[in-house]
Amino acid sequence: MTALAPPAAARATAQSTRTGGRSGSVAWMALPALLIFFAFAVVPLAGVLFLSFTRWDGIGAIHAAGFQSWRSVLTNPGTLHALWVTFLITALSWAFQTPMSLLLGTFLAGHQRYRGVLAVFFFIPLLLSSAALAITYKALLDPNFGLGTGLGVSFLSQDWLGKGPLAVGVLVFVVSWQYIPFHSLLYQAGVRQIPVSLYEAAQIDGAGRLRQFFSITLPQLKYTFITSSTLMIVGSLTFFDIIFVLTAGGPADATRTLALDMYITGFQGNQMGPASAIAMILVLVGLVVAVLLQRLGGRDRSASQLEGM
Amino acid sequence: MDPTTTSRRTFLKVAVGVPLTGAALAACGSSGPTQAGAGGGGGNAGSAGSGTATYWFLSGPPGEAIRQASVNRFNQANPNTKIKATTFQNDAYKAKIKTAIGAGQAPTIIWGWGGGGLKSYVQANQVEDLTSWFAQNPDVKNRLFPSSFGAATVDGKIYAMPAETVQPIVLYYNKKVFDKVGVEPPKTYADILDLVPKFNAQKIAPFSLGGQSRWTNMMWLEFFLMRLGGNKLFDRVMTEKGAWADPDAQKGLQMTQDLVKANGFVKGFSSITADSNADQALLYTGKAAMMLHGSWSYGIQVANGGSFVPSGGLGWMNFPPIDGGKGDPGDTVGNPGQYLSISAKASDEQKNIAKNFFKTQVLSDAENKQWIDTGQVPIVKGTEAELNASKDKDFLNFVYGIASNAKFFGQSWDQAASPTAAETLLDNISKLFQLSISPQQFADNMNKVIGQ
Repeated sequence: MTALAPPAAARATAQSTRTGGRSGSVAWMALPALLIFFAFAVVPLAGVLFLSFTRWDGIGAIHAAGFQSWRSVLTNPGTLHALWVTFLITALSWAFQTPMSLLLGTFLAGHQRYRGVLAVFFFIPLLLSSAALAITYKALLDPNFGLGTGLGVSFLSQDWLGKGPLAVGVLVFVVSWQYIPFHSLLYQAGVRQIPVSLYEAAQIDGAGRLRQFFSITLPQLKYTFITSSTLMIVGSLTFFDIIFVLTAGGPADATRTLALDMYITGFQGNQMGPASAIAMILVLVGLVVAVLLQRLGGRDRSASQLEGM
Repeated sequence: MDPTTTSRRTFLKVAVGVPLTGAALAACGSSGPTQAGAGGGGGNAGSAGSGTATYWFLSGPPGEAIRQASVNRFNQANPNTKIKATTFQNDAYKAKIKTAIGAGQAPTIIWGWGGGGLKSYVQANQVEDLTSWFAQNPDVKNRLFPSSFGAATVDGKIYAMPAETVQPIVLYYNKKVFDKVGVEPPKTYADILDLVPKFNAQKIAPFSLGGQSRWTNMMWLEFFLMRLGGNKLFDRVMTEKGAWADPDAQKGLQMTQDLVKANGFVKGFSSITADSNADQALLYTGKAAMMLHGSWSYGIQVANGGSFVPSGGLGWMNFPPIDGGKGDPGDTVGNPGQYLSISAKASDEQKNIAKNFFKTQVLSDAENKQWIDTGQVPIVKGTEAELNASKDKDFLNFVYGIASNAKFFGQSWDQAASPTAAETLLDNISKLFQLSISPQQFADNMNKVIGQ
């Protein structure tokens, strides 16, 4: 999320100077946001960059160490593994969440019976804190005292969080369970923006429901899709709370993502230098991915999807 | 005060707000108590008469209530000086106290585990040297177990007051399960290996283990090395480069993996945490037959196990000898005590309050009685009468016997080592238990951090 902020803030200033001519410049309106952004994102980022060239245990004096931290981080096979786990979890949770959110969002935008009641249930996960959610799932998935034992269904008594690939799958599921409602909300809003006249015209042309979905709804949701994917992917890169509570990076290092690796190295291993280097890698990866996703949407953000309407 | 320290601290206060991890934020919080004179210049901030010292310690039963009671007794006995207590959950505390000390925001009294963590505070000049204070107050020093001072001592100087209870690691077993299967408690490690298939055949896990917590796995390795190679090897592997390649160390690592492969540990052990006490629940519900755990687990099993402990279901012993091993079977490992240090950044007045607290309330008779009531042995000599009067006297005498008779009481590696080495050790131990690295790879990985 942090990585997303700079372009947005920069754009805000640029636009306000351009369009604010009517009643004097309103560029100052961006000032509070800029100040806060500078104090809480840019300054700490510079601090982390500085720390990555030092040796510090978090308690004593800070010593300059040149590229020592970077060398140790970049040559450590654990970093590469953490990067791979991060990408794996990101890709899987995107691939699982997007279709689910799209379908749920489209459904919720309609006018079916009981839709309102169902929507309430769909959005419940959004109200829970990640830590509470993770603790609950941990209890449910306990191999000896969990759901499987409680219900007497032996299939449910798997070692869900104790085997590498299975643990990754469970994490993706829990993360998706929490965030699908949010992205459904985005898609619901997107679908409601689509002019009804498009559907009416399609109906006259004899298009069925499926055809309408693929030929009208999906293309019209292009920007919603990009927004939602950006949030999902950049959010997944920095996932911490759910993973930390559910598996703490385990078993062994099967779910040790970059964010977790950074925390463990810095705050449990007392190596702030290498931890800062990992943090910088995380920032860079997040920035690159965010920029790429924006590119995906085409450069001309004002291009209309509703030409001829 | 040199300018570099000040600028580092100022820098830290800003940098600490890095929004990349929620936990990092949580660890820094905003409620750090401000201290008179913290980071102050030449003049001593002698705010006369105010007299408030701060004390951070662990939350959770049974310790929290006992620690709080001692603070309350002190505050009642000394109306002009106050100690203000703040409590934290175990893992949160470990992160928070480090950050607070680094930022010059430490409490007056720092609760800790001694060993490597304390050493890192000492190296940063953040804790008070108490050697001369103990010399002036021999009564305070002489009533405590001598073995408790090892982990409080860095380079021959004492930097912490040993406190609370002695906690050796004990092999617990469920007597009811042993009766049901018709087997006897093990006398040697070979007996344990014989028991494993017998329990597995009855669909009972031979050993419970909260493997996600990692230090729980470490206890196994500690006993293997201690029994096989003796206490010299136990110390060497955490201080001497290359010691993990010792044949006895390699054998211990191999035995660990053999036990995992033989299904010695409960299914799903690598996703069970010790913090939730689920590992102990497996033992008292009869789903597991045995468990290696700290002596503090006794109180938890009494509290949570219903009639299990009172009805005589729980058995215990020191870890059995291994055939051909060089170690003394009476030796043990665990926490020789808990440790209270005084922040070097506290004002003189606060330091005096803390010392007065150490002298008059820490391990007072009233506090000792509370520890004994929860099934723990305070690190004070001559409590035999109180221990014998307790309903838990069998267990308490057993622990007292181990603590006072062991020729060697090793401090747990993760507490004794530097935090960096401890993290590498725990990481590799969890991989060893997952069978994802071999004993040789384990030794290679440890060689990179030991002795640095």
